Amino acid sequence: MLQSLPLALSFGWIALIILAVVVVWFIGLYNGLVRLKNIAKEAWAQIDVQLKRRHDLIPNLVETAKGYMKHERETLEAVIQARNAAVAATEDPGQGPAQVAAAENMLTGVLRQFFALSEAYPDLKANTNMLQVQEELTSTENRIAFARQHYNDSVRRYNTKLEQIPTNIVKNFGDFPAMEFFEIEDPQAREAPKVSF
Amino acid sequence: MILIVGAMVFLMAVGAALGLSTDVTPWAGMAIALVLGIVLTLVAWNRGSSIVLSAVGAREIAKRDDPELVNVVEEMCIASNLPRPKIYLIDSAATNAFASGMKPEESVVAITRGLRERLSRDELQGVIAHELAHVGNYDTRVMVLMAVIVGSVAILSDWYLRTMRFSGRSRGKGGLIFLVVGILFAILAPLIALMIQFAVSRRREYLADATAAAMTRNPGALADALEKLADTRQRLETANRGTQHLFIVNPFRQRQKRSSAFATHPPLDDRIRRLRAIAGHYAQRAQ
Repeated sequence: MLQSLPLALSFGWIALIILAVVVVWFIGLYNGLVRLKNIAKEAWAQIDVQLKRRHDLIPNLVETAKGYMKHERETLEAVIQARNAAVAATEDPGQGPAQVAAAENMLTGVLRQFFALSEAYPDLKANTNMLQVQEELTSTENRIAFARQHYNDSVRRYNTKLEQIPTNIVKNFGDFPAMEFFEIEDPQAREAPKVSF
Repeated sequence: MILIVGAMVFLMAVGAALGLSTDVTPWAGMAIALVLGIVLTLVAWNRGSSIVLSAVGAREIAKRDDPELVNVVEEMCIASNLPRPKIYLIDSAATNAFASGMKPEESVVAITRGLRERLSRDELQGVIAHELAHVGNYDTRVMVLMAVIVGSVAILSDWYLRTMRFSGRSRGKGGLIFLVVGILFAILAPLIALMIQFAVSRRREYLADATAAAMTRNPGALADALEKLADTRQRLETANRGTQHLFIVNPFRQRQKRSSAFATHPPLDDRIRRLRAIAGHYAQRAQ
């Protein structure tokens, strides 16, 4: 027995080392999942930030345009209404990504009509404040698009890791739900918004 | 990554070889090379990008100076999840841009007045995306590391060649053969290290192009921008050999047809072709 003791000891050491390596590896995978999940959550918050930015710009846009587009009251009102609906959708916790996306699309449609109309008012187009607001709105539309892109990229990375071996084993040890992409699933909302004046 | 590791190994090998052909053991040679590399890296790490900026004559841009430019940069920061860099405008009619910074939190992006005036919003966005890609990929760190390796190899070779002047000293083990090989190696080593450095630089340019394409989802715009940059005859007066690798297109060379081993940038035609290939790929998938 005394002769086999060193052998048993060395087996013990090897087992301990292997265990330590596995634990460290496991922790690495777990932390990786945490990181990816949080990046995706942050990305979602970023979309929210940009949507709010767009909501905040619109009153300024309407005010500037009012002085020039005196006969387009209905269009301007439609813009304000769509904007308020979008704000309500963002602030209501009961509304999920689909409803938020639908309200935002509605607003985009109305804005497009507004800008199409504003082409007929060269004075308005030349107004410096209008130019500034237009640049800010263009930038905001881009930011929303890039925020969505970043969010969807992050979600894809996260969801893929969740499905892959070995992280699909690690995920059971923590709270790692798969996340939704920011797309419109509701087929009705996919239709072009009909704005009637 | 392979190139960088290769360069490190090369540096160690140079240290070992020179150690072998003198009285110093190869292990000591490698250790000296490593220590030299680490010390030089630490020194380089602390030098800010302010030195580069003052060299090219740039001034910082705030939102009120140029809202469109700042917006374009901020949009790219959202797409890439990077913090907003400091934005500088270089007062030159040349069309060029560069990015610098050891980490994204302390990064800088600069463009020339010529570029700002000549490019459309989408093309500008492509260029900014390319520069942010350099920041996000930690390319400044990579190039500093490469410069340090090259510098270390040069120092070691130089030291070795100097000690060889004193005949009678350090004949070393293995006699004449080792001496000749050692001298040859000492002359060639800095050249080889330099070639590796240029190869790394070219690789990172391709990587930045590809990363920018992923960021903007509009590689055609960057390709268009590169075409506009290529057609420019104007040279950037204040760039020098030390800073040329930081720019999006080489501020010295005109459009080059073939790839050179000593070019910091790949040929523009090749970069444009690759970008348009990605664009074609996107178009196919959309159908």
